[in-house]
Amino acid sequence: MKFYIPPQLTRLALAFAIFISLFLVLRHFLVPDTFGQYGHYRGASLIDNALPEIHYAGQEACFECHQDIQDLKAQDVHSSIHCETCHGPGQKHVTSGEAADILKPTGREFCGRCHTMNAARQKNAVFQVDLNKHNIGKNCIECHNPHQPWEMKK
Amino acid sequence: MGNEKIKTSRRKFLKSAGTLAGVTIAFQWLKSSQVLLFATEPKDENLPWYGIVIDIEKCIGCGSCARSCKEENDVPEEPFFFRNWVEQYTVKNDGSVDIVSPNGGIDGFVQRVPDEDIFKSFFVPKMCNHCAKSPCIQVCPVGATYDSPEGVVLIDEKYCIGCRYCVQACPYGCRFIHPVKKVANKCTLCYHRLKKNLAPACMEVCPTGARMYGNLRDKNSDLVKFLKEHTTQVLRPNLNTGAKLYYNALSSEVR
Repeated sequence: MKFYIPPQLTRLALAFAIFISLFLVLRHFLVPDTFGQYGHYRGASLIDNALPEIHYAGQEACFECHQDIQDLKAQDVHSSIHCETCHGPGQKHVTSGEAADILKPTGREFCGRCHTMNAARQKNAVFQVDLNKHNIGKNCIECHNPHQPWEMKK
Repeated sequence: MGNEKIKTSRRKFLKSAGTLAGVTIAFQWLKSSQVLLFATEPKDENLPWYGIVIDIEKCIGCGSCARSCKEENDVPEEPFFFRNWVEQYTVKNDGSVDIVSPNGGIDGFVQRVPDEDIFKSFFVPKMCNHCAKSPCIQVCPVGATYDSPEGVVLIDEKYCIGCRYCVQACPYGCRFIHPVKKVANKCTLCYHRLKKNLAPACMEVCPTGARMYGNLRDKNSDLVKFLKEHTTQVLRPNLNTGAKLYYNALSSEVR
């Protein structure tokens, strides 16, 4: 049996073929090289996402120089708290060694972020003081050493 | 007459069976090329598959996590955009729920409901759930957001067109348009730190250890042990997002 293909169909097929090949050519140039390497995304983007510089050094880096603070801290209730929780991002200070590149927070409000009374804080999770009653007008670090809070300063 | 009918129908059958087999084989081949069809699996089993645990009982609402995240990832302080933040839920004695998150918890919390009106109160730190079947990835029209082989949902900033579909799709409100870059932005679980074997900034600074991350594939990891020993829950389990952020002691009031 011989098929009869009408000429308008052949022309249509030709048009389709042209469009599809045009699409494939364009696609070849427009799709980035690593697209589809791992999935429906640009594989090189994984590298881009790993590129940014770190700002927090991690406390191992702190202890390389500040061994004394490590020993001090280990003896009291702040032992499990990492340096950068209070001192802020330390990578800049690690590379420069300048004291100006690290925070030395003071003030009742700063300590109060963790230690002010709040009903949402579990009573045994953290020691809480009423900032409106406890030694008003005095700075916390006048009596407490933040690295060793229960060794009271005289 | 009858014989001929059988012959043609057999020929027809063979033809259609052949076509079917051909199409199946062709699709199999397409799938292996993985570019034309949406590829979700397989993942490299040698890499970690990250999950997160937040222990609500341990969180004291100091906001260190939210503060460190902005510092580490250069998220503008203003306007009001966060990759992670802390909310305080207060269930009152009359049954109403008061939810506050002043500046994402960065400056700490001031209790605004008096003690005698409180039925219970707790902090809920929030961040990207790094869903295994995340809605934000499904809606991206250009393939600019994806699930990395480690199970971290990331954004390709060079490819994102800033159309905001993903911002609307995230049921946890974890995405925003970066005010400077004008593309979508979100928690990357500090992917750049993970690659350097450092903990994500929020986990590094959490003073009470309320946050944990770890490899869900490693059955001996601290994270998996925690999940084994505690009753944990994900947010909005009804949405079947495959969230990998597990909350311990999550109260039903949390949305």
